[in-house]
Amino acid sequence: MSQLIHNPKIEKFPSNEVMLDLIDLKKVYPTPKGDYVVLENLNLQIKKEEFITIIGHSGCGKTTMLSMMAGLNEISGGKISVLGSSIKGPGPDRGVIFQSPSLMPWLTTMENVMLGVKKVYPHATKKQKEDICKYYLHKVGMESSFYKRASEISQGEQQRVGIARAFAIKPKVLLLDEPFGMLDSLTRGQLQDVLIDVWNKEKITAVMITHDVDEAIFLADRVVMMTSGPKAKIGDVLPIEFERPRTRKAILEHDDYYKYRKHLIDFLEH
Amino acid sequence: MKDSIIRGIKFIGLGFLEPLIRLINKEEPKKNTKEVMRKIVAPIASVFIFIGLWQLGSSSLYNKEAAYKIEAATRNQGEEAAAKLKACMESGDSNCQPNTLPSPAQVYAAYQVLLEDHKQISADKKAFAEKTFEMNKKRVAQGKRAITYTGRPSFVDQIKTSLKTVFAGFLLALFIAVPIGIVLGLSKTLRGSINWIIQIFKPVSPVVWLLLVFMIVKTLTKNSDSDSSFIISFISVGLCSMWATLVNTAMGVSSVNTDYINVAKVLRLRPLQKIFKVILPASLPLIFTGLRITLSVAWMVLIAIELLAQSPGLGSFVWEEFQNGAMDSNSKIIVAMFVIGFIGFALDRIMLFIQNLVSFEKETI
Repeated sequence: MSQLIHNPKIEKFPSNEVMLDLIDLKKVYPTPKGDYVVLENLNLQIKKEEFITIIGHSGCGKTTMLSMMAGLNEISGGKISVLGSSIKGPGPDRGVIFQSPSLMPWLTTMENVMLGVKKVYPHATKKQKEDICKYYLHKVGMESSFYKRASEISQGEQQRVGIARAFAIKPKVLLLDEPFGMLDSLTRGQLQDVLIDVWNKEKITAVMITHDVDEAIFLADRVVMMTSGPKAKIGDVLPIEFERPRTRKAILEHDDYYKYRKHLIDFLEH
Repeated sequence: MKDSIIRGIKFIGLGFLEPLIRLINKEEPKKNTKEVMRKIVAPIASVFIFIGLWQLGSSSLYNKEAAYKIEAATRNQGEEAAAKLKACMESGDSNCQPNTLPSPAQVYAAYQVLLEDHKQISADKKAFAEKTFEMNKKRVAQGKRAITYTGRPSFVDQIKTSLKTVFAGFLLALFIAVPIGIVLGLSKTLRGSINWIIQIFKPVSPVVWLLLVFMIVKTLTKNSDSDSSFIISFISVGLCSMWATLVNTAMGVSSVNTDYINVAKVLRLRPLQKIFKVILPASLPLIFTGLRITLSVAWMVLIAIELLAQSPGLGSFVWEEFQNGAMDSNSKIIVAMFVIGFIGFALDRIMLFIQNLVSFEKETI
């Protein structure tokens, strides 16, 4: 916490408003051998328009934490608040991009995006809603397959639609659970570009879990490192001070890049 | 052109013709000749082998039965009667044929007879309708009942009646099992509390269902003149066959991919929206698998139920022919057997066709 408050770089966020606040968060799973504490004393403040990546070992509770933020998993202790009011269950103010694309395979890409748009813009005309869907599908490079069924497109394309679906409902917070984990490295790179492109325009506060150190550095304003479970908490926070918009090439050539990379790998191998 | 034909035949479930079409188009002759052998020639050969074995079996049974009959005649009535019987048998007279498994040729002949019979009865019906047309008009105008044809139904009429019954039973099963299955799938509590009914009644034999339905319908239709045998048989068919759909629907609904459910939760879809936009489409493949089993079970139990309920249809046709006990009746029973088999197969294909139309998972045929 103190690290966050004294960090001068936070000031680059104009409003300096706290979007997502995790206070003393705790998660306990009861097991026959007694309670298993996954997370404890977890505190994290995320500013408006900030992009956070969370990195940590498998099974440390990253996904648990994210699904608690999404409201899909019950909170055992502490609280999570969005713009000061604590969350109750899932809602469209927090868009989620899941690890598997989870599009409805019986709907077209357009209908998949529409499902959320209809919910968020109930009073818009049909044309307006379609335009919103088309705009975001265009943004993620899916303009040629509005009317293809989700089951007919590749997994990378499905995840593009997943990104469009999440942005189209204009959430306050975007939660991403290893969204590119199941893709090959080429497609992953393309989708990182797509994601950051859309994000640069929309500036939606984002929290993303990843296993990939390079991905974490490329996308984030701050990389949050979690300690290994049980009783996982925030181990360290690394601000990434590259200018936005970033290009992969410029970052790879930047002197600080290897410093950041070393910091993260040291933490993970510690 | 060729590709669209192939798509077409695959769509209607005749995908096995694909290599033949490719072969005609001189495409990869070596591979496609092999495929044609495997998918078309071999099955046709197996049909001939089947008929051959049947022929062998039936002729050996015929000889055994004939020898026994002649021996019995010699014993009871003397040499002269036996010789007469033998001559009668060899002449092919249907009155003295041994009563056993008919040969394929006899079955085919019986099929022709049934067809002729149907033509005859249809002509009679038509003539009757023409004859009574004017009179019926008058009677209806006077508020009386029209006179209807009450003659013996033909074989084809019996098939139609059976199809009507099975269709009514299937619809009943559909309208009971799918909604209940969805509700059970959605609620763990209900599923747990009703499970015993399903587990106990699922294995109950069609005959018992028929008796149960008979008990209830008999009382309910006491004062009405509706056709209670039809009602009894279609309700019994529905009750016997609905379990597969019920279990499959409940399972399909309760096991929808959690990712889809999470998406619905994040988008905060209303319960009805969630059911119709997410849960139902996701469980459609399993529901349809259930419906296919239901339809084939319905068709299978229908014969037994018609036979017992004395309601017209293929079941009672088979039973009456069996009671006749003559050799050509046996042939007619075998004809009915094939007809039942073919119709069952066709019904399953129709269901598969509909399933492929509505479902997002394209099932391989």
